[in-house]
Amino acid sequence: MVGANQPADVDLASALAAQRFTTGTTELERLEMELLLLAIYRHHGFDFRSYAPASLHRRIRRHLENAHLPTISRLTELILHDPTALQRLLHDLTVNVTAMFRDPTFFAEFRRSVVPLLRTYPTVRIWHAGCSTGEEVYAMSILLEEEGLYERCRIYATDMDSTVLDHARQGIFPLSRMKEYTANYFLGGGKRSLSDYFTAKYDGALFAPRLAKNVLFTQHNLAMDRGFSEFNVIVCRNVLIYFDRSLKDHSLGLFSESLATLGVLCLGRKESLRFTAFEQEFSALSARERIYRRNK
Amino acid sequence: MSLRYELVVMGTSTGGLHALTHLLAGLPASYPLPIAIVQHRSRDSDERLVTLLNGACPLAVCEAEDKQPLRGPGVYLGPPDYHLLVELDSVALSTEEPVAYSRPSIDVLFESAAYSFGRAVIGVLLTGANQDGTRGLKRIKERGGYVIVQNPDSAESAFMPKHAVKHLLPDRVLNLEQIAAELITRAAETRAG
Repeated sequence: MVGANQPADVDLASALAAQRFTTGTTELERLEMELLLLAIYRHHGFDFRSYAPASLHRRIRRHLENAHLPTISRLTELILHDPTALQRLLHDLTVNVTAMFRDPTFFAEFRRSVVPLLRTYPTVRIWHAGCSTGEEVYAMSILLEEEGLYERCRIYATDMDSTVLDHARQGIFPLSRMKEYTANYFLGGGKRSLSDYFTAKYDGALFAPRLAKNVLFTQHNLAMDRGFSEFNVIVCRNVLIYFDRSLKDHSLGLFSESLATLGVLCLGRKESLRFTAFEQEFSALSARERIYRRNK
Repeated sequence: MSLRYELVVMGTSTGGLHALTHLLAGLPASYPLPIAIVQHRSRDSDERLVTLLNGACPLAVCEAEDKQPLRGPGVYLGPPDYHLLVELDSVALSTEEPVAYSRPSIDVLFESAAYSFGRAVIGVLLTGANQDGTRGLKRIKERGGYVIVQNPDSAESAFMPKHAVKHLLPDRVLNLEQIAAELITRAAETRAG
């Protein structure tokens, strides 16, 4: 158990609350949030208590609107008594907005500075944490295939939500996004044509099954599960932004334990090891693209 | 004795670059409150905006990083293709869907500020050509915060501030050149008790 329950955080939160919130409604809503998250954890085992609160609150409010619920407390009741309520809520709470080759310069830099390292290993193990519906995993498979590395790679792609993993296994993405992805693909150093990798059917693009052949899609929850061993690369982009500081640190701890000697860690464009306990354990391979390497 | 306000949030769209450079130039390097800003921008916009703003005002302007501590003096600009939110004492970013075609979205910043800072936030809505910001300003008002809207007549694009004053009652509606002075006055206010 991490995060929101640590005394330091609680002290900070209550000290700030005293000066910021005099109106009763605000305090009530924070209490309702606390009770909801406790209900989800105690009754279903999903721990959202160390998620970044304002950002989580926004998604819960959006869920209330979608589900036509007047208050968070009504949702808490459903979470406890309606067995189907949790799956609907999870879908809105987990952020499943993703894309192929988002931030193309990251993929270009990965080709430039990480691929040469991987060439020196006989086998390469990659953990893609928080893979959502899998777009970025397929993008990475394409990159590795073009660099002649795919055959020696084993990719573990994980997410806490089993429904997005089902989607990821199918490898079908909206055809309407292929124009954007194709542009990203070229900017990211793509060597062929993105359309070589998929067949269009109705409004879907079905990606070649070989791109998932070396991928194991499996459920893993960074807030609750242990790490694996022993990876050469861990990719976790735009996932830790939804966690509070303590859960981010906890996750970085898992990554650090799960990385092989001199392993590589890739974060999102606007997240970094600054402001964390792990700044000293890693050096930047590319500070700009947030690609780090363990010091030992 | 502590300050009545702890954070300024600003939102703007069309015409924002000119408005922001003008407004920020009126604040001293020692302006005590952190300022978080959403200026609508395209997904692939580069760092020129932050460079321009830095050159135009005495305060240090940075593009916000996730979990960066929010401290005054300092200006935190929402990066392209992310929503900018504020938590209790830091910045948070999100890649959730664009809101009304915008990421970053002004409403998302303002609503998070209302949730995390309650009555201790000052919201400022400037020039723009869409409806973003009104909903967020309403939340700030509901939570006891302070709301300033640029006088639509003085805005390069009047639609956004006009939409706001039609749907809520701001504490102040000011011409662009009056806003910095108002922010300085409010930042000096202390909290009773």
